[in-house]
Amino acid sequence: MDWTEILIDAATASIGPVAAAYALAAIGLNLQFGYSGLLNFGQAGFMLVGGYGAAITVEHGGSFWLGILVGIAASVVLGLILGGPTLRLRADYLAIVTISAAEILRLIVRSGWAEPLTNGVFGIQGFANPFFDLNPLATAGRYGWGDFTFQGRQLWVMIVGWSLVGLATLLLWKLIASPWGRAIRAIREDEDAARALGKNVFGYKLQSLILGGALGGAAGMLLAVEQQNIVSDSFLPQLTFFLYVIVILGGAGTILGPIFGAIVFRFLFQFFDGFMAQSQAEGWYGDLLDATDAQQIKLVLVGAGLMALMVFRPQGAFGNREELLIDDN
Amino acid sequence: MTTNTIAAEPGVAKPDPILVVDGLQRTFGGLHAVDVDHLEIQRNTITSLIGPNGAGKTTLFNLLTGFDEVDAGTFSLNGESLVGVPSYRVARRGMVRTFQLTKSLGRLTVLENMMFGAPDNPGESLSGAMFRRWRSAEADIEARSRELLERFGMDHMSSEYAGSLSGGQRKLLEMARSLMVEPDIVMLDEPMAGVNPVLTQSLLEHIKALRDDGRTVVFVEHDMDVVQEISDWVIVLAEGQVIAEGRPEQIASNPIVIDAYLGTQSNG
Repeated sequence: MDWTEILIDAATASIGPVAAAYALAAIGLNLQFGYSGLLNFGQAGFMLVGGYGAAITVEHGGSFWLGILVGIAASVVLGLILGGPTLRLRADYLAIVTISAAEILRLIVRSGWAEPLTNGVFGIQGFANPFFDLNPLATAGRYGWGDFTFQGRQLWVMIVGWSLVGLATLLLWKLIASPWGRAIRAIREDEDAARALGKNVFGYKLQSLILGGALGGAAGMLLAVEQQNIVSDSFLPQLTFFLYVIVILGGAGTILGPIFGAIVFRFLFQFFDGFMAQSQAEGWYGDLLDATDAQQIKLVLVGAGLMALMVFRPQGAFGNREELLIDDN
Repeated sequence: MTTNTIAAEPGVAKPDPILVVDGLQRTFGGLHAVDVDHLEIQRNTITSLIGPNGAGKTTLFNLLTGFDEVDAGTFSLNGESLVGVPSYRVARRGMVRTFQLTKSLGRLTVLENMMFGAPDNPGESLSGAMFRRWRSAEADIEARSRELLERFGMDHMSSEYAGSLSGGQRKLLEMARSLMVEPDIVMLDEPMAGVNPVLTQSLLEHIKALRDDGRTVVFVEHDMDVVQEISDWVIVLAEGQVIAEGRPEQIASNPIVIDAYLGTQSNG
């Protein structure tokens, strides 16, 4: 068992491009769920339309930069379509509509019918060259210390990704500290009270859903750009639930929570991945677990670890315990 | 404003009505929850709305404040129709309500609760929050909030979470918060329910102060002593209809009202 390798792999994953993308999507979800109380169970769908919006545009002759605009626009439009009819209703309706819309989108994108546009199950590759052309680092060079290194192209995605995370965090911090932020928190507490005071609750909820969804769209693009590859099955419903884990782990309704949550989540995920793979290869489990089973157990261990965190710190890393204990009415 | 010259009969016209209701109907299935022919609320008075359980008091409140939609009829505030106007626009036009089950914003502090009530805050729109200077307006709002909190004797708890207040304090906070909107008319749904006697007395004083500020107050209440003490006018609702109106002393001796509360004696 090579513990150093396991830990280095885990540390690499915890700040890698995927962690940045998860953090970005989680910031959007945190705005929706943590601050506005909106149950968006389809953040994966927002990521999908963001990523595919960009990839399809490039694949059909548009420039990469136009693709980015199309990706963001697509996630904004998705927010309008999903929020318009549901945000006037009880919270549960948004949850039902978003989770099914995300799955419908994924199934449409991978269907044979959409193949001319999306290339079906094979997805779209190599659409992000202009992004990598801007890379000031040596593409194949390695940067880091000792065994803890990143490839030049990977590091470029990380620099851009974490910068986006930083910008989004600043934006959210400014918004939450403003009267607008107070309004969405008030709506989270009680919509009717907000209406009785003359606030347009529907408008606020729609703004929050769209803004959070656009951040999801940007995260989806980041994931696709990093891989130079977009396939529908990267956007399974479990992606949304990973994001919920990240938000709750860091503390729902906190500014730095999503960043911390994404780093810890990616670390744990990769740590258990390496541990199970190595221990299985060394024959710890005899015939009981084969390599595939070991990978499944990894998810169980991640879940158990997260449960332990929730038992001992239910408010998440940055959450306020006093606030959590308030049971309204 | 005195109510001495107004006749004590259901649907009577009043000299300066702020709220006028005509033919208002709301049914739930076969039940006529509200069926009001004509009703006027006199400006700058305290009007209590009483009636047995299920009389339609809260439904009437919901209809008037845009929280429910009427099946038929019209109603107007300051002469402008409110039919089909959504609740938040009703509030902006000057009619603010509170709720029977208090709606304090638990995970906001008392001060934040108050400041949220302020209308026309430039930083409250998304673009305003990002691009406009809202800090000086926000400072004015904070000053006004603190002033009101002091008047309601809650200034010492301004940084506490509203969710940690007692039931009575929440009622007080909800009333104070509604004043941040600068309403012409305040609709209080059972403001005294579940409040201890000391706090009830202070709530009553605040309600009187609202009238003295020139506002109109309509409130739902069950406690007849309270109603007698502060009302200028009493409207009695039973089975969705206005069965009596009058000054408190006229209502107390009205046989129709006593029947509605205690049940009619059967002759057969």
